[in-house]
Amino acid sequence: MNGWGILRGMAETMRNFAGSYRDPARLATIQYPEVRLPAVENARTIPFLVFDDNPATGLRCTACTICEQECPAQCIYIVKDTAKKPDYLGKMQLQPRVFDIDISVCMGCGICAEVCPFDSIQMDQVFELSASERFSSLLLHKAQLAKPNEHFRQIHPEEAAATDQRREAEKQKAEAKKAQAAAAAKTAAPVSEGPR
Amino acid sequence: MNGFDQIFVTMAHRLSGAAPAPVQPIMLAALIIAALMTAFGSCFALTTIMERKILGRMQNRLGPNRVGPCGLLQPMADAVKMLIKEDLVPDAADRTLHALAPLVLTVPIWLAFAVLPFGRNMVAVNFDAGILFFFAIGGASELAVFMAGWSSQNKYSLIGAMRGIAQMISYEVPLVLSTVTALMMAGSLSLVAIVDAQSGYAFGWLARWHVFTPWGLAGFGLFLIAAAAESNRSPFDLPEGESEIIAGYLTEYSGFKYALFFLGEYLGLFAVTGLGVTLFLGGWQPPVKALAGTPSWFWFAAKFAALIFLFIWVRATLPRLRLDQLLNFSWRFLVPLGLVNLLAAAVWSWTRPWQFPGSMGVRWLIGGSILALFYCWLGRGLRPDARPARQYHYAA
Repeated sequence: MNGWGILRGMAETMRNFAGSYRDPARLATIQYPEVRLPAVENARTIPFLVFDDNPATGLRCTACTICEQECPAQCIYIVKDTAKKPDYLGKMQLQPRVFDIDISVCMGCGICAEVCPFDSIQMDQVFELSASERFSSLLLHKAQLAKPNEHFRQIHPEEAAATDQRREAEKQKAEAKKAQAAAAAKTAAPVSEGPR
Repeated sequence: MNGFDQIFVTMAHRLSGAAPAPVQPIMLAALIIAALMTAFGSCFALTTIMERKILGRMQNRLGPNRVGPCGLLQPMADAVKMLIKEDLVPDAADRTLHALAPLVLTVPIWLAFAVLPFGRNMVAVNFDAGILFFFAIGGASELAVFMAGWSSQNKYSLIGAMRGIAQMISYEVPLVLSTVTALMMAGSLSLVAIVDAQSGYAFGWLARWHVFTPWGLAGFGLFLIAAAAESNRSPFDLPEGESEIIAGYLTEYSGFKYALFFLGEYLGLFAVTGLGVTLFLGGWQPPVKALAGTPSWFWFAAKFAALIFLFIWVRATLPRLRLDQLLNFSWRFLVPLGLVNLLAAAVWSWTRPWQFPGSMGVRWLIGGSILALFYCWLGRGLRPDARPARQYHYAA
């Protein structure tokens, strides 16, 4: 009959109206600043620099500038430091004196994170990046970009676990090699120890 | 009982009585105008926020809830926003007409509230031809819509205005036809007399509102549909159709003029809703005899609010019509049904002397079956396959 569909539609909207008061689970709205949805693991915004233990000395970055060269938007700026520091394997590596990312240019493609051979640069999930000044406050420096490995574990648990596992294996391999080398040196040159 | 019921009337007379005798009538008029403008102005503010909240709830959203307690101060924020926005007028526009259009829409519509009885003895002017005055005033909105569309020198504005004119003129006919039945029954064009005609109680308890008769029920339905179309409410919001023609005749309006248009549209809706309450829902009469002692203005306000809720509910439910559907619906369905409704009302009036037991049921049966028959018969013409499919020559 004519009008029957309209009445059924009206009943549906009224069910929504009453239901949204009775059952808050129906509401699609998340009251954002107070309530937040957990971030999706695959979400990515801008890159950050990973450090182990200490932000000053534990930065994984070796200032190899691969990310700087690969960045399609050319938003990374690196100046190498003259002083070296040991990496997680005990090898001496270069380190960046300046590491800037212009996040007003960064398009979040994640190529820097992909090409980094030192697991140093990773994609972050921060999204509240607005600032009242559009030049200097959107140019993030090394200190602002450096974040602990725990943060990486938190936002990308699977990827971080895989990275940590690989690095641990490499470290153990390096240590075993070192120990072997030390043992070999010990057996090869017993004389050098001298008489006791 | 009477003290609380007549509280506004006595207040107005006391306040104006304080003035010197020669200016007392002017004082009284000014007081009534101030009261009406305050009441319906705040009603406008409240409706905008409630509409957004109710629409939100009907779409399983929360609606605005940030400004003030429960978001109730949102209209204030909107008003400030509207007032401080830049008032842009296109270079090619006819500046005089462009500026006049919102005024032509908003100013006359206030006059329509003068003839509506909001409670017992609560009518600003009791015209003998009140309803005629009401529709004459309502005619200004068509002019305003076309002024806005024409003066903007914008394709979308003009299309919106043309749609608006076609729609308003088409739906004015069923609107007036549906009110004619109520006029026939009351035998008067005065809205106060029409409310008085609905006084008394059937079976000793149920109010004799027009909506409780077959012709009144049909007339009320016709009236609501035509009223929604007259005030450009969804599903008849073609003149503004955002998805098709940006904002129709409002496209080139911004800031305060845009706000005035909004005010005018809502006031038009309030006026026509008030008329619907007066004609079919017994005006300020309580629904059952047991509530006869309650204040009359409360009942008007309650019915008014219920009808506004109904309009919001319909807006949340129905999609927009196409222009040919809109005009077909009016000319092929509403207008003939309105004419049939006159017949049903005449039958009801003619059978009024019947006093045998169960006469009410027989009268309902006769009137109801006439209307149901024509409802089904005319409804056949609205089916998508009722006419041969339209041939499009230029559009694929």
